[in-house]
Amino acid sequence: MTAGLSHLRELEAESIHIIREVAATFERPVLLFSGGKDSIVMLRLAEKAFWPCKLPFPVMHVDTGHNFDEVIEYRDRRVAETGCRLVVASVQDDIDAGRVRELTGPRASRNPLQTTTLLRGIEEHRFDAAFGGARRDEEKARAKERVLSFRDEFGQWDPKRQRPELWHLYNGRHHPGEHIRVFPLSNWTELDIWQYIAEESIELPSIYFAHERDVFRRDGMWLAVNPWITLLDGETVERRVVRYRTVGDATCTGAVESSAATVAEVIAEVAATRITERGATRADDRASEAAMEDRKREGYF
Amino acid sequence: MTTEMLRFATAGSVDDGKSTLIGRLLYDSKSIFDDQLAAVEASSEQMGAEYTNLALLTDGLRAEREQGITIDVAYRYFSTPRRKFIIADTPGHVQYTRNMVTGASTADLAIVLIDARKGVLEQSRRHAFIASLLRIPHLVLAVNKMDLVDYSEERFEEIRSEFRDFARKLDIADLTFIPVSALHGDNVVERSAATPWYEGSTLLHHLEEVHIASDRNLIDARFPVQYVLRPHGAEFHDYRGYAGRVAGGVFRPGDEVVVLPSGFSSRIARIDTFDGPVDEAYPPMSVTLVLEDEIDISRGDMICRPHNHPMPNQDLDAMVCWLDDRSELAPGRKLSILHTTRSARVLVRDLQYRLDVNTLHRDGDATSLGLNEIGRATFRSTLPLLADEYRRNRETGSFVLIDEATNNTVGAGMLLGSAPGS
Repeated sequence: MTAGLSHLRELEAESIHIIREVAATFERPVLLFSGGKDSIVMLRLAEKAFWPCKLPFPVMHVDTGHNFDEVIEYRDRRVAETGCRLVVASVQDDIDAGRVRELTGPRASRNPLQTTTLLRGIEEHRFDAAFGGARRDEEKARAKERVLSFRDEFGQWDPKRQRPELWHLYNGRHHPGEHIRVFPLSNWTELDIWQYIAEESIELPSIYFAHERDVFRRDGMWLAVNPWITLLDGETVERRVVRYRTVGDATCTGAVESSAATVAEVIAEVAATRITERGATRADDRASEAAMEDRKREGYF
Repeated sequence: MTTEMLRFATAGSVDDGKSTLIGRLLYDSKSIFDDQLAAVEASSEQMGAEYTNLALLTDGLRAEREQGITIDVAYRYFSTPRRKFIIADTPGHVQYTRNMVTGASTADLAIVLIDARKGVLEQSRRHAFIASLLRIPHLVLAVNKMDLVDYSEERFEEIRSEFRDFARKLDIADLTFIPVSALHGDNVVERSAATPWYEGSTLLHHLEEVHIASDRNLIDARFPVQYVLRPHGAEFHDYRGYAGRVAGGVFRPGDEVVVLPSGFSSRIARIDTFDGPVDEAYPPMSVTLVLEDEIDISRGDMICRPHNHPMPNQDLDAMVCWLDDRSELAPGRKLSILHTTRSARVLVRDLQYRLDVNTLHRDGDATSLGLNEIGRATFRSTLPLLADEYRRNRETGSFVLIDEATNNTVGAGMLLGSAPGS
C-alpha cells in the first residue's frame, strides 16, 4: 500500500502544479522576489517545477532602496545560482520621475510607494502573471484571495468580484493590460514555511537568526538604526540580540528579541509564539483593521 | 515530523454558530494568536457583544465585518501534532450556493451545522446535498447549541433519525453525528460532562482520526501532461520529460503506458523529481515522467495504462452548478471549458432538468440555469476530452466553464459518463 504524502510534500506538490500551470498558459510570467523567506521558498519550488530546465521566467525585485545588506547579497547569490534573469524595479526611479512623492517625517516609510513601482514594473515589462509569496494565514483579507487573482488594467483587486476557483482548475484568462497575481504558497502557514526550510536545508539571509543589532523601541517593536530613519524624542538606541520574522522595507519592519540562532530554534519559537508575524513586526499592517484589504485593492502585493 | 493534511468545508449560517464553531476549534487548539484575539475582543466590545465574538476571527473583509455576514469562501489553517487542517469556511445561505460548491470541491470532509432547537431545516438538506453532489467522502452533522436544549439526548436522537431518513436519498459514504455547543466548547475539543450519554468522538478527535488515505483513487492511472521539459543543454541533450500531477492510480518505472488521444504506447523509463528519481508516483504528487520511446506528446495529453483509460469523447453529460450573476446557461450557448490540463470550447446542447436544491425535485421544463442553480446538461466540445465519471475521479471528472467575453468562471461541472449518442 502506497503511503500518503506528508503535509509538506502535499503542499509542495500543489505549489509546483500551480507554478507549472502558469508557466504553460501565460506568455510573460514573472516571479516577485524580495529575499524574504516566503519568496525564497517560492523560488526553490519554481526550480523544482522545471528541473532540469532553468526557470522559464525572470524574477523581479521591487526595491525600496531601504534594504538590509544581507538580503541584497543573498538575492544576488541566489539569482546567480539559478541562472535566472533579475529585473529590479526601483522605488527611487519613481520618486526621481515624480510619479510618487517621498513621504517625510520620522515615521516616513517607502512601503506604500511600492505599489506604484510594482505596477510600473509589470506594465513596462508587459508581465501578464506575477508570482507572489503571500500566504492566506498572514492576514484576514488574504484569507479570501484566490490562488490566481485577477487584476484589472489599473492593477486593482476587487474582493467582491473574484472568480470562483474550484478543484485544481485555475482560470488565468485576461484581456491585454490586465494581469493575474499568482500565489503558489496560499495554503502554507508560517510554521509550514519554516519546517520546509528545515527539511530542505534552505539557506536564508542571516537577519532571520539571532544577532546583535543597534535597535530602538517604537510602537511596541524593535526597529533597526539605519540611515533612513530618525529617532523621536525619548527613543534611545540599545544593543540587543534580535532576529527578524519577516523581511520588508527596513524602515517599517521590526525585529523581535530572540536567541533563536538555528532553523530548529526558530521552529520551536514559532510553534510556541502567541503573536502573528505581521502583528508583531509590521507597522504597515497596523494602520487599520482593513489596512491590508485597502492596499491590496490598489494593487499591492 | 510527518503529519497528514485534511481539507474540510464548513457550511452553515451565522445563526447556526458556524463561525463560532471555527473560532472555537482554532481557539481551543491554540491556533489563535494573541494579537488576533485582542483585535476580536476590541471589535466585539465596540459592537456591544456580551462575550468575545469568535465569529469575527473568520469574517475578514470590511463588508463582512460591517454587515456581520460571511460573503466569500475564507480559508483557515490550524494544526495538531496529528494533522494539518485547511478549513474552507463557506456561507450557508442559498444565495451563496456557488461559494459552498467552491469550498466543497477540494474537501475531504464537510461539517454541516444544525441548530438543535430548529432541527433539520431546508438549508441543512441543501448543504448535505451539495456535499454529496461534490462527492465529499465524509460528512459530519454537528448538532449545535445543545446547551439551549438542555443537552437532551432525546432531541439529538430525533434530529439524527430525521437526517438519516433524508440522507438515504443521497450518496453519502460516511456520516457522523456529534452533539456540540460551539459557544461553550462542549465536544468540540474537550469531551463534555453535560452529554454523558454521548459515546462518540469530539469533533477535533474525529477530524484527527477519520481515515482518508483510502479516499484517493489508486486504481485508475491518470497523468494529465502539464508541461514538456526539454532542457537542450549539453548535460541533458536528448532529455524530454513530461511534467504533471498524478490524478489517479500509481505509476512505476517499467510500466507500460498509452498516451491519449494519440493512442501511442511506450514504457516509463524513469520518474524524475528535482530531488532525484522515485520508485512510484501517486496522487497528488507532482513529478516528471520520462518514457522509453520518443513520441509526440504535448500539454493536454494524458498518460494512462493500456487497459484502463478514458475514451476520448466530445459529447459530455454533466451536473452543472451555474456561478454567474450576469448570464445564464442555456442550450445554444458557446463557452470555453477547462478540464484537467486541456482547454476547448463547448456548445450547450440540452438542459435535461434543473434541480431544486432544497427538495431535490427535477424540473424537466426548465430552459436555463441562473446563478446558484444546479442542473443536468449535455455539451459538445471542439476537442475530445479525456474524462472519467466524477464519482470515480474528482480530478478527471470535473471541469469549469468560462465566459469567452468576460473571461469569468461561470460554471462548474461534474461528469456523469458518456452522453447518449456518443
